Amino acid sequence: MSHVFLYALVGVGLFTLGLYALIVHPHLLRKILAINVMGSGVFLVLVALAARTGGAVPDPVPHAMVITGIVVAISATALALALMLRVQTETGQARLPEERIE
Amino acid sequence: MQDIPWGVLVILLPVVGTLACFLCPRRSVPLGLAAALGVVVCVAGLGWQVVEQGAQRYAIGGWGAPLGIDLYADGLSLLMLAVTAVVGLGISVYSTSYFEPGRSAFFWPLWMFLWAALNALFLSADIFNLYVTLELLGLAAVALVALAGGADALTGAMRYLLVSLLGSLSYLLGVALLYHSFGSVDIAILAHRMEASPAVWTAMGLMSAGLLLKTALFPLHFWLPPAHASAPTPVSALLSALVVKASFYMLLRLWLEIFPLSNSAPGQLLGLLGAVAVLWGGLLALRQTRLKMLIAYSTVAQLGYLFLAFPMATSIAWKGALYLLLSHALAKAAMFMAAGSILYFGGHDRIADLDRVAQRLPLTLAAFGLAGVSSMGLPPSGGFIAKWLLLEAAIRTGQWWWAIILILGGLLTAAYILKVVGYAFTQAEVTHEARAVPVPMEWAALALALAAVLLGLFAPWPLALMEIGLPFGVEAAR
Amino acid sequence: MTPMSMIENSRQQTPFRLLLIVLLSALATGLGYVVLSLPLEDPGLSEQVTAKLVHSGVSNPVTAVLLNFRGYDTLLETGVLLLALVGVWSLGGIPQQRSSTRPGPVLDTLSRQLVPLLILVAGYLLWVGAYAPGGAFQAGAVLAAAGVLLLLAGWLPGARFSGLPLRIALVTGLGIFVAVGMVLILLGRRLLEYPPSFAGSLILLIEAAASLSIGITLAALFLGGRPEVESRR
Repeated sequence: MSHVFLYALVGVGLFTLGLYALIVHPHLLRKILAINVMGSGVFLVLVALAARTGGAVPDPVPHAMVITGIVVAISATALALALMLRVQTETGQARLPEERIE
Repeated sequence: MQDIPWGVLVILLPVVGTLACFLCPRRSVPLGLAAALGVVVCVAGLGWQVVEQGAQRYAIGGWGAPLGIDLYADGLSLLMLAVTAVVGLGISVYSTSYFEPGRSAFFWPLWMFLWAALNALFLSADIFNLYVTLELLGLAAVALVALAGGADALTGAMRYLLVSLLGSLSYLLGVALLYHSFGSVDIAILAHRMEASPAVWTAMGLMSAGLLLKTALFPLHFWLPPAHASAPTPVSALLSALVVKASFYMLLRLWLEIFPLSNSAPGQLLGLLGAVAVLWGGLLALRQTRLKMLIAYSTVAQLGYLFLAFPMATSIAWKGALYLLLSHALAKAAMFMAAGSILYFGGHDRIADLDRVAQRLPLTLAAFGLAGVSSMGLPPSGGFIAKWLLLEAAIRTGQWWWAIILILGGLLTAAYILKVVGYAFTQAEVTHEARAVPVPMEWAALALALAAVLLGLFAPWPLALMEIGLPFGVEAAR
Repeated sequence: MTPMSMIENSRQQTPFRLLLIVLLSALATGLGYVVLSLPLEDPGLSEQVTAKLVHSGVSNPVTAVLLNFRGYDTLLETGVLLLALVGVWSLGGIPQQRSSTRPGPVLDTLSRQLVPLLILVAGYLLWVGAYAPGGAFQAGAVLAAAGVLLLLAGWLPGARFSGLPLRIALVTGLGIFVAVGMVLILLGRRLLEYPPSFAGSLILLIEAAASLSIGITLAALFLGGRPEVESRR
């Protein structure tokens, strides 16, 4: 197994860990951080597997995709944080309320 | 005329509209309306191009796939663009009067972003580009929901955002697996190089899971009612009519064009979940006391019908599902807009206290009623044609149990629609202060409801459009 | 009960958490197996990129992909960034959490010395992106860091700048991108099909506008809300 796959496996691990944290933690900031960790996991998978070109320069297309992905993730995080602050202001706590009706 | 890249204009015009509305917030209403009309014209131009010349492929930057990104316009994407344009124009007209003067400064740029995202999504032929448009769509939708302010809208928006991001990331992981398996993110090239492998099955699962979360298929629908019900009315209409359909459209493209469906088990699963959604959503809609929540649960139920086409997987089934998508978009937008007018009128949307709305807002109730006719599937509406096609498909493929679901679902829909209409004729115990509803709001709702009915009268044309290009043009060859 | 609220019920937490751990471990194992099943060597699109690199106007392959071959993605992505800002602004004004105390001596001095340096580095990154790692987003991020440092040191944009001039600055990146695309269409070419002799300059123009906008957008996002605008009516 080439070392490249090690990075990709770490990416998979991050994705799963982030998913666990997203589901389990009730606090909104932790959920937002969990999404970021998941995102980093996916980007790691993309970039790690791009290095399989066998000695030549790595494949630049996944690198460009990850740059795009990072910008999108930043934008989403910024919106999420601002929204979380408003939720905190309106409801007094940074948590999602339990649904009353399914 | 034929050389004008209408497809590109369809995407860029709303972007220009956004920038203009953001720079000049005082003039955002006329700018937004002008952009809306412009988009309708461009969609018409593209439609003419597709009908005359067949499916169009446009290589952005001149590079062409797999190096560059392609835009692809066939009958399916054209229909999605057309329904978006019609509903979009209706909502734009509605929104000119809905918001208090000066309070809509952020609605218009966000709405134009949403429209640009939808148009870009329907024309994209590249699965990574689809991810970017999906994120653009999700963020715009969330920001629009949060515009209402207040705890309900903000928590609904927050939940929607988290769900949306989860779905997109799952989809992106699938994209990563597909790219690293086949060396391209272009849909046509992937279809060409596709071969079954663990990576493909996993990618299919991940991408479908993400898109199903965004399309709110049972049991992943929990985020939809709070978000759609507490958003400002034009936003509720946009979300139920168009935004959830965008992820369904993507699912359809991926399943029909890329993924090899050697056995029907995944399709059967989707059909089962769709059936449960129809019944569950319908039952819960009956239990609601607020009108907008009822309509939101109705969306959950109607979205379930769309998935009944997956286990049947014949050309007639897909056309039925698509027709339902189109009629539902028009009818649901009209329904939400009517509910918004009622809310504006009485200051509340409690169903039991509708207080003779039938006499005092006849246009609005007519809009609600016509939209209800299409949702119930009564002739001569678009909903009737759609259910007819699905019933025919169910009987032809021998899977008659879906027909039972269709009938039961129709009965449930009739129950909750007629419940609302019934209350609209009663007098409330305490008469409320009424505000006069602006004319554009009432007429916009009625126009869209009429369009849903007209879709039933003029069925051959959209059905013929569906035949152009993939994926239904290819269906016959499979 | 939704999956999320199911977990939050303190009584029933542990069995559901265990079930979740089991399910997610299975998912991770499955994904890991799938990743390992991919071929050991796969050139992807690197060969096509190398072949067409000379026509792209730059010699850094990542910049070529980002700004030329897949420039449409980048256009949409600058749109996403602006959208996030409009969304944050639509939620309300700046949250009142800025402390009114003066910044400490370390922050004060460092910010005065670092910010000009950061701006210089940003300019360099923008320029060098054509033939080495760098480019609009990297430069924009460094500019944003300079902005954040200033905001942390207690500086706020003046009220006169916060109205239309700020909006124009925010819109420039996406605006120039769209303008270049439209002009090319008017000249009879396809969207974002740069003429090969001008490709390098057009890319630099777009990148310059984009880095300015990205930097200002990210710094404005750090503020967390709509800044106060002086009304001149």
